[in-house]
Amino acid sequence: MPDENYLSIQGVSKQFDSGGNALSAIQDVSFDIPRGAFVSILGPSGCGKSTLFNIIAGLLPPTAGDVRLDDTSIIGKAGQVGYMLQKDLLLPWRTIEDNITLGQTLRGTPRRKARSAAAPLIARCGLAHFEKKKPHQLSGGMRQRAALLRTLLTGKDVLLLDEPFGALDAITRLQLQMTLIDVWQETRKTILFVTHDVEEALLLSDEIIVLTERPGRVRARLSVSLPRPRTPDMLADPEWMQLKAQLMTLLLREVSAS
Amino acid sequence: MKAASITSGVQQEKQVGRRGVNLWRWGLLVGLIALWELGARLGWLDAFFFSSPTEIFRTAVTKWRTGDLWRDIAYTSASTLLGFALGTIIGSLMGLLFWFSRRAALVAEPWLVVLNALPKLALAPVLVILFGIGFSSKVILAFLMTVITAAISAWSGAKAVDPALTTLLFSLGAKRRQVFTLLVVPSAMPWIISGLRVNIALSMAGSIVGEFIASDRGLGRMIVYAGTTFDLKLVWVGVVVLSILSVLMYLAVVLLEKLLSRRWSAEQTTN
Repeated sequence: MPDENYLSIQGVSKQFDSGGNALSAIQDVSFDIPRGAFVSILGPSGCGKSTLFNIIAGLLPPTAGDVRLDDTSIIGKAGQVGYMLQKDLLLPWRTIEDNITLGQTLRGTPRRKARSAAAPLIARCGLAHFEKKKPHQLSGGMRQRAALLRTLLTGKDVLLLDEPFGALDAITRLQLQMTLIDVWQETRKTILFVTHDVEEALLLSDEIIVLTERPGRVRARLSVSLPRPRTPDMLADPEWMQLKAQLMTLLLREVSAS
Repeated sequence: MKAASITSGVQQEKQVGRRGVNLWRWGLLVGLIALWELGARLGWLDAFFFSSPTEIFRTAVTKWRTGDLWRDIAYTSASTLLGFALGTIIGSLMGLLFWFSRRAALVAEPWLVVLNALPKLALAPVLVILFGIGFSSKVILAFLMTVITAAISAWSGAKAVDPALTTLLFSLGAKRRQVFTLLVVPSAMPWIISGLRVNIALSMAGSIVGEFIASDRGLGRMIVYAGTTFDLKLVWVGVVVLSILSVLMYLAVVLLEKLLSRRWSAEQTTN
């Protein structure tokens, strides 16, 4: 059943050499992500989430363990998954549409073809009429929309989103969360989403994985059975509140334990 | 309403200010020339040493008519521009290519620093002996004056590339060559561009010193020749023409900078 363990993290550890001492960032992390699922990773800062993401993205070799996508190891293979960070990382000299289609450019798709393929999504994500602008002419929220689009347009089935909305104000963040859910429900991509924000995790995810403090290990895995579409009035839902309390307790114990 | 009138007032004040500055700038130039002329005519200045603007102009016109001046201008401009172009292109390419090999860059870095500190003009006599008194020794001197600074600017730019952007491009499946062309080169462009103004002046200095040492043409050679024959009027013609030439080249580089930065900088405004 390749769909149940579509993305499979198997006993992954990573140690960094810091002045002779081995510093363990993550230790024996294992979990499976079903195809098309939205899974959030929640953990205190410094739990090695970014290290884990860099390993999954094929940018960093693990000290031990394997990462398999559709039953093929993707260790050290960059470009297999889409990757988005807190910083928008748009290239300042390229227009928004040329930034959005960067993945296609790298694959050698002709510019015109890439642009026409991007056009419907540009409109969907509220970036119509901004195509010809340069990044510095857009607000932080709009730039992050463009970064999200760039990630979606990589055409990869797995997207790693590393606190993508962490630097945005509450309203902009909510709008982008809605856009993300919208696009996810339509495209059924498999999404792995890192956040510090319990409420964000609850609003977006099918499942939430809680990591421990450094060295990061899987502490708990909860499934969120709240119906979709999820709306802000669910904040008062008993299940929501119970899950939130449970997650807060897990996180708090993690922090005070060290 | 009130706010609008205030901003327009501020703008007006700014514009008047700019016009005033320009007036003063040109006024000063005209005033200095007038003072020079007056000083020479009234005998405050020794006309033998300092000549006078009208005398210089007259000499320049005569020289122009014989075709000598024009030929010298073309000669000096050509070696300056050629040395500048070669130095900038080869130097920048060198600096950028260091991105591919951290090791090569680390080995080269102290060499660049030392070569940059070395007074390359002191090598002029050697170069003239090596490459002859013709055009090529001037171009090579102009080239040497610019190539190291260009390499240092480009390498600084390549080093300053945001590592997060590099990570992003690799995560999108970019090859090293693609990261170089799509990220490193454009990121380093502002660094390279900012080096151009300095380099055009350095390049001209290289050409002129080359002509000073030994040459049969060029403005530098004209100045040396006029000096040894005590034709100070002609020395002044050379100095004035060189000043005008360097200002023109500077302006051309500023224009080039504008064109290049419109393409590469983030601060482009759409109309």
